[in-house]
Amino acid sequence: MNSTVFINILRFVLLALTQVLVFNNLNFMGFINPMVYVIFFYWYPIKGNRALFMFTAFLLGLFIDIYSDTLALNALASITVAYARPALMRLCFGINYEFQNFNFKHTTTVQRITFLAFIVLLHHLIFFFFEILSLSHFLLILKKVFATGIVTLILCVLFSSLFSPKSE
Amino acid sequence: MQRIINFILRYRNAFLYGFLALIALVMTVRSHSYHQSRFFNSSRWLAGNVYGTGADISSYFGLREENRRLVEENEELRRLLFNAPDDSIQPLDSTLSVYQVLSAKLIKNSYSSPRNYLTINKGKNDGVKQDMGVITTKGILGIVENVSNNFATVQSILNTKSNINAKIKGTNYFGSFIWDAKDYTTAQLIDIPRLVPVVVGDTIVTGGMSSIFPENIPVGVIKKYDLNASQSFYNIEVELFNDMANIKNVYLIENKDKPEIQALESSTLNE
Repeated sequence: MNSTVFINILRFVLLALTQVLVFNNLNFMGFINPMVYVIFFYWYPIKGNRALFMFTAFLLGLFIDIYSDTLALNALASITVAYARPALMRLCFGINYEFQNFNFKHTTTVQRITFLAFIVLLHHLIFFFFEILSLSHFLLILKKVFATGIVTLILCVLFSSLFSPKSE
Repeated sequence: MQRIINFILRYRNAFLYGFLALIALVMTVRSHSYHQSRFFNSSRWLAGNVYGTGADISSYFGLREENRRLVEENEELRRLLFNAPDDSIQPLDSTLSVYQVLSAKLIKNSYSSPRNYLTINKGKNDGVKQDMGVITTKGILGIVENVSNNFATVQSILNTKSNINAKIKGTNYFGSFIWDAKDYTTAQLIDIPRLVPVVVGDTIVTGGMSSIFPENIPVGVIKKYDLNASQSFYNIEVELFNDMANIKNVYLIENKDKPEIQALESSTLNE
């Protein structure tokens, strides 16, 4: 248990710093800044306390907001992902997820990538919608969601296969 | 009573989500309509220090380019100095000049979101104040928004909240210079009356109507234009002189007459 807490704190700090110092400055093709830190919500232990998870998500989002001067946008998107995660898991992994000994190891790669894609899509939709907050920029929002979302997803898949957790 | 408590306990996660989302929404909406938050912004010391360290490392990679730009500016200034008529060289008394100039380095740049804020490495201790104008050697960049002891955040011209007085060079027709969040190389000049002759390629400069920027600081060139919905004003697309993606050294301009101008204007409004 203690090592899980430690690993998650380490992830929190490292992901936040990588996001702020590296990925926020990427500006690929002029506007794509992948939000790789959402992989935190994929890695977070499944059987954890939900309230604690939401608080952690809020803190992580707010931390990144302060550094990128986008007040509370990341926090809003993050808590929504944290709140919706059990529903998304049920959607992607079926009833298996309810069992006590559920583990990512028992799932297929396609299921895991779908799960990640849902997390990224939900997060980016909320982030970019509230960033502009006007329906006259609808196409701009869609363009940003899909372009950034695809890059984020690719990076997250790479990250998850590079640093796959051994026992969770 | 028991049932109410049970109900709340059962949906405690939903309540918690609602509560946190409300906090986040209030913060977001406030930052849309008012000034950037005073407490949560990247000029606070922690954020500023992290960005300062990051900028120290990355600045080494751009030194050659940055030096070339500064040398070019020096050449330009020397040319002006050598060609100036003799009587203009008077003993400089900095207390007499209206505009005071400070230099600073950008430690965080941003141009891809609809509301871009930049962070610079000078703050209150160096004499930076809110609402100072920020320019580069090529053109205008933004306005200082928040100041901490050693850092300051700048509201970029690439910010949907930004609204700067600008005019067509050589005329006195002025309009509002805004950004529609679509492309970081172009911004818009609106409210130029229809009767003004507008030509693609004309230069746009700052107008003298604000107390933030001096007159005639370059902004960009006209890329294309058309009439707005009411057919009486032009919407002009302006291609910016600054490459907003590649900025390092900036200058801060302080208008020493500003408190006096503002005091006068506010007393006029109060009457």
